[in-house]
Amino acid sequence: MRVGLFVTCVNDLLFPRTGRAVVSVLEHVGVKVEFPLDQTCCGQMHGNSGYRKKAGGLLDRFGEVFAGYEAVVVPSGSCVAFLRERHPHVYELSEFLIDVLGVEDVGGVFPHRVTYHPTCHGMRMLGLGDKPVRLLAAVGGIELLPLPGAAECCGFGGTFALKNAGVSAAMLADKCAAIRGSGADYVAMADNSCLTHIGGGLTRTGGPRAVHYAEILAGRP
Amino acid sequence: MGARGPGTAREEILARIAAAAVPPARAPRPQAAIREGSTVMLAERIAEYRATVVECTDADLADVLAELLAETVHLVVPSGLPPEWLDRCSMDAVADSPKHPLTAAELDRPGTSVLTGCAVAIARTGTVVLDGGPGQGRRLLTLVPDHHICLVRPGQTVDDVPDALAALPDPARPLTFVSGPSATSDIELRRIEGVHGPRRLNVVIMGDR
Amino acid sequence: MSQAEAFPKAAEGKLADTRLRATLRGATHTIRDRRTAVVAEVGDWEDLRELGRTVKEEALADLGSLLARFEERATAAGATVHWARDAAEACRIVADLITVTEVVKVKSMATQEIGLNEALAARGVHAVETDLAELIVQLADDKPSHLLVPAIHYNRSQIRDLFDASIAAGVDDDPAALAEAARLHLRERFLTASVGVSGANFAIAETGSLVVVESEGNGRMCLTLPDTLISVVGIEKIVPRFADLGVFLRLLPRSSTGERMNPYTSIWTGVTPGDGPQAVHIVLVDNGRTRVLRDPVGRQALHCIRCSACLNVCPVYERVGGHAYGHTYSGPIGAILAPQLTGGHRSLPFASTLCGACYEVCPVKINIPEVLVHLREPPPAEQPVMGAVSAVLSRPRWYRAGLRLARWFAAMAPARRLPWPLSRWTAVRDLPRPEQETFRDWWTRTHGRT
Repeated sequence: MRVGLFVTCVNDLLFPRTGRAVVSVLEHVGVKVEFPLDQTCCGQMHGNSGYRKKAGGLLDRFGEVFAGYEAVVVPSGSCVAFLRERHPHVYELSEFLIDVLGVEDVGGVFPHRVTYHPTCHGMRMLGLGDKPVRLLAAVGGIELLPLPGAAECCGFGGTFALKNAGVSAAMLADKCAAIRGSGADYVAMADNSCLTHIGGGLTRTGGPRAVHYAEILAGRP
Repeated sequence: MGARGPGTAREEILARIAAAAVPPARAPRPQAAIREGSTVMLAERIAEYRATVVECTDADLADVLAELLAETVHLVVPSGLPPEWLDRCSMDAVADSPKHPLTAAELDRPGTSVLTGCAVAIARTGTVVLDGGPGQGRRLLTLVPDHHICLVRPGQTVDDVPDALAALPDPARPLTFVSGPSATSDIELRRIEGVHGPRRLNVVIMGDR
Repeated sequence: MSQAEAFPKAAEGKLADTRLRATLRGATHTIRDRRTAVVAEVGDWEDLRELGRTVKEEALADLGSLLARFEERATAAGATVHWARDAAEACRIVADLITVTEVVKVKSMATQEIGLNEALAARGVHAVETDLAELIVQLADDKPSHLLVPAIHYNRSQIRDLFDASIAAGVDDDPAALAEAARLHLRERFLTASVGVSGANFAIAETGSLVVVESEGNGRMCLTLPDTLISVVGIEKIVPRFADLGVFLRLLPRSSTGERMNPYTSIWTGVTPGDGPQAVHIVLVDNGRTRVLRDPVGRQALHCIRCSACLNVCPVYERVGGHAYGHTYSGPIGAILAPQLTGGHRSLPFASTLCGACYEVCPVKINIPEVLVHLREPPPAEQPVMGAVSAVLSRPRWYRAGLRLARWFAAMAPARRLPWPLSRWTAVRDLPRPEQETFRDWWTRTHGRT
């Protein structure tokens, strides 16, 4: 099976460590992954902001860049949710590991207290369910803690964070308080768009570190 | 008003609808068979609305009614109530009938209770349905008095709402679905029983024997 | 104020009201927990939602003929059916039917939408709201802020103060005492009213019947005691068959109040001799609905049965309440209905993070996030920027140059105080610092240019 990695523009620029972790996890379980260098962005931001034609163009581009692959792994729930209707061969990382490869223990070690925030697009639109949590639960040394009000949105919503900055900030404050209250040292999630927002709020106000769950799966002793 | 022909609101709205050209769609038809309901579940679920539920047999109906009517000053009944129920009633009842209809003011007198049957009862939702048939009366009869006693006969309990709808003899009759006493949750979402409808609802579920 | 700023501006004021936020949070969480519990009891809930959706789809597909059938059946049963193109026409029809100075009213979204109370007041008719929450709002000279619990933004001590000053001097703040005060205040009016005004939750084409779902019994009072009953009904309330109520009466109470069944549901068909109103009028109202019907994506908003489950789970509604939406219909459903019904309210489709909680609970599966995105029209000032971004993202070489520029910017910019409009970001969040190299640079360094 020819497997491509779509790292997403946000990760390419701001969170290359998430991309490196995905490559590490995939290679660890024996998948030879490729990274087509012509990839850019899926078009989600344009699609969600009312630029249908521009988003359509980027969706088409994605199809051309990843035409030769049977599976495209994407470490972002919201990008997969945006891509899937047009490109059914895209998989969020946990879907690829559990549904395609049938693997739950990817050999990671991470001796820390971790809570998981299920980001909305991954949870509701993709129906990831507890897949990322199952992968985390198999990580060596991890202590998983529940997150109160986990299913509640963090208030990011793409351009919502700028267009409705007040409401977004109020939602963020509640989410950060819940994360701090969990007692964890790390909060993991499956979407680095939300992570930019939550992580930025946590470094501002103090609290656990926000990481993509792939970085925990890639933890080595 | 209700006018037809070119230029009327009716024709214009219908023309706008036609112009919208909504593609055809058909919903699947749910099954029509009427499923019997559990009277145990019915009793439980009515009680959860904080109505009083009494399960009884023909033999102890008289005692049950006497107890429920202990504080009643005026007992009102609709026409067509089974005479054997009234026979078991310890007090005199005033019957509402087309010839001698009771007024709302009469029904509003303190200490007024109304005794009725029902058309069907729904176990899953704890509901009694009145359709104005014999022994059920006009709608205001079970609305204005502060106390309503409703008898559910054997065989009247069905499983869920679709079964009840199918069991009703004539959907065009005025229908009232009653699930517990009137209630409001308008203040801080706290449920308070008893606003405008009868504040006391007693449901008497009669057993087979 | 520009239309694009209407919701954010209104929201700012509400966010600052800490008492409002505490009241809203308590109420929405209470009701959503109740809903979750009673929905979990229904084994075939997802099938039921799908059935609800398909029945509504069928109703819209056949709307013209179903309305005509409804009119025919209701008329045959003794009702008079009127048609109104818009709010003004509907108000005029109702006002022309009323010859008294006071009418009793059942809570109705349609009459609120068309501004009926105000129109009647202009003709010297006082419409007494009889639902407890509507009464509270009316006594306070305020507007409802929730489809189902219009006074959700009041706590008990505020209601006590209001009642003390108006209908029940000396009342205490126990909710039971407040409900009792409302009962006493309205009792006389019910018993003497000659005209009742209602909406309807459903209109059944097969039988010509109307349905009102309620809790307090004020609805039954208004539907039963007056001689004349006038019901204002949006044309999208039509369902084809009587049996369809078997679907909606299972979906609605569990979704709205979180009960297995609401205390009272009334169904009536025209006039019943000797029982209830002997003059029955039905006003079928378009008021923008046929405009919504034209949009293949947006028309699903007309499936709405006004349960308000979407409001109760919406994180945005929870923090600002209904008034910020500036329309009768608030919350997620309001954000897709108001712009379509009116052609205005362009900031509302953006008043959502697209978190999808509304779609998950909608009993008739309205894909609210899909319609929100569909209705989003970008403000002109933003378009050149987004156009430039998409041009960059469409060309790998430009994209790589863009990455370099963005990294330079992110490394130089103060992470905690960016200039406007990005100051909206850094007001409460830090900007992430870029790492040593982009992902693609790392990849080519370690894996080569595959």
